[in-house]
Amino acid sequence: MELMYSICVGFLTTAGVFLLLRAQTFPVVLGITLLSYAVNLFLFASGRLTVNGASIVGASEVYADPLPQALVLTAIVIGFAMTAFVLILAMRARADLGSDQVDGRSSTLRKHGNKARKERQV
Amino acid sequence: MMLHLPILPLLIPLLSGILLLLPPFNQHDQRSRWFAIVSSAMMVVVSAYLLWTVDQSGALVYALGGWQPPFGIMLVADRMAVLLVLLTSVLLFCVLLYGSAGEDKKGRFFQSLVMFQVLGIQGAFLTGDIFNLFVFFEVLLIASYALLIHGGGKAKTLANLHYVSLNLVGSALFLFALGMIYGTFGTLNMADMQTKAAFISADDVVLAKSGALLLLVVFGLKSAMLPLHFWLPRAYAAAPAPIAALFAIMTKVGLYSLWRVHGAIFGEHAGDLALVAHDWLWPLAWLTLVVGIVATLASQTLRMLSANLVLVSVGGLLLMVALNTPLATAAGLYYVLHSTLASAALFLLAGMVVEQRGKAEDRFVPSRPVAQPVLLSGLFFVIALAMIGMPPLSGFIGKTAMLQAALQGNMAHWIWPPLLLASLAALVMLSRAGSTLFWRSKGDRPSSLKAHPLQVLSVTLLLLCLPLLVIFAGPIMAYCLAAAEDLYRGLNLLQIMSEQGLPHD
Repeated sequence: MELMYSICVGFLTTAGVFLLLRAQTFPVVLGITLLSYAVNLFLFASGRLTVNGASIVGASEVYADPLPQALVLTAIVIGFAMTAFVLILAMRARADLGSDQVDGRSSTLRKHGNKARKERQV
Repeated sequence: MMLHLPILPLLIPLLSGILLLLPPFNQHDQRSRWFAIVSSAMMVVVSAYLLWTVDQSGALVYALGGWQPPFGIMLVADRMAVLLVLLTSVLLFCVLLYGSAGEDKKGRFFQSLVMFQVLGIQGAFLTGDIFNLFVFFEVLLIASYALLIHGGGKAKTLANLHYVSLNLVGSALFLFALGMIYGTFGTLNMADMQTKAAFISADDVVLAKSGALLLLVVFGLKSAMLPLHFWLPRAYAAAPAPIAALFAIMTKVGLYSLWRVHGAIFGEHAGDLALVAHDWLWPLAWLTLVVGIVATLASQTLRMLSANLVLVSVGGLLLMVALNTPLATAAGLYYVLHSTLASAALFLLAGMVVEQRGKAEDRFVPSRPVAQPVLLSGLFFVIALAMIGMPPLSGFIGKTAMLQAALQGNMAHWIWPPLLLASLAALVMLSRAGSTLFWRSKGDRPSSLKAHPLQVLSVTLLLLCLPLLVIFAGPIMAYCLAAAEDLYRGLNLLQIMSEQGLPHD
């Protein structure tokens, strides 16, 4: 179980970081979301993984640490608010700056692509 | 009332921020301005009283909801935290005065957002729990995201996009670090962590070290440490003047956390974890200062220059964090007071210059004169003296104390050259800025663009604090030293809880 859990966290983090490094706002937002999922899982594991453990002493034979659950809850709420904000901001930036590039410039790559396409059409 | 004193600096901005959103205030400009100014004045009074109480009777611990620390959440009002709380309140008062001159109506909810941001800042200073440090960081960040685009415009949107994305990644890293720390320490209470750091089992040391270093990245991002500083100049230069002035304290929140976490918790007494971050902190702090100097010399506008001077002061302060002696921390604290007030004043002044110079804004190019050359250049002269660190003002004392701390820590050969060069660079650039902005002008003086009296009042108030810092330098320095010693000694939770009649075992 530990192995699968850590692979999941690792995969989510990798995917999140990969998307973050794309220079467009929408992949960046998705990357941040994936990263926050990875964080939530990671935080949950910081109280050690238990199976069939309630977070109440005496309710079951093993009990889970309740604190990480509370922390995850807080992190989810904050992450949700932040994602909503960054989405609105990305849309505003798209309207204000006229491109969805993170640095506000349309990428040179795409310009080259357009040029090449035009040349091909000619 | 006495019992609840430590939480008042949080409750006042929270409640007034919420009230400002509600019907009696949200549609009435004058009413909301006055309400915000009065409640910030109340905060100054409360913070000053809190500072006096803490100085007399030692650190106060406030257990929220009466839950027993270290299991419940607690606020800790010790000397260092309270000093910065007072600084924030004074800054808030001046920023609201300046904002009331018209800047607050360029966007919506100015007063409430400023209040929420200050709630986050005060909370970050007062909290005794590292997870709550994260929560208050988020509170101050989400308010600052909204404040940075106050008024709107391309430059602000672009700067904000970078700022928000970077900080969201920073928050994710913060949570990763907290997970590792909780997994190894079994506690998130900072006083408790400080006593437990020396007893981490050998298996967990690597994990705890990675957590500590991740925290260095997070606080480095907040305080604009070298590879993570790129957001700062653009964001500070794009922000409206009162917001930029308020942001002057934000880098200090990162520095404060570095002191708390890497100075105290992972300090000299932490066994295997002692000074984990300091091998990294030294070169990065030094390079931050050097890059700040180069950036200062390359600045093209007054706002950019102010932002780069903030970077320079952060570099110097990071060196003090890296030195990690009580004297260095005390000198750093004194310099935090000075540099926050002086750079806030410079940002506010830059705002007035932008308003009065028309199209040329604050670029260092010859243009028409400002409407009030004597007033603005006089204020600029005083601020420049302070920023450079020339004798009659507090910059001199702060710089000298920092140089002294470097000498005592046997690092003078590394710290003195960049610290002194920083003053020279500031001298060169501020002279250039002043002579270009105020002397190299042609054309008629516009008569209609006079600064609002409130704007002048707010800058003057900030500047009046600087001579006060000089006159009372002795007591303030003694207080800072006591604060630094408290920080390294750590809190004795059991003793404080029994003294204050909290439940304890």
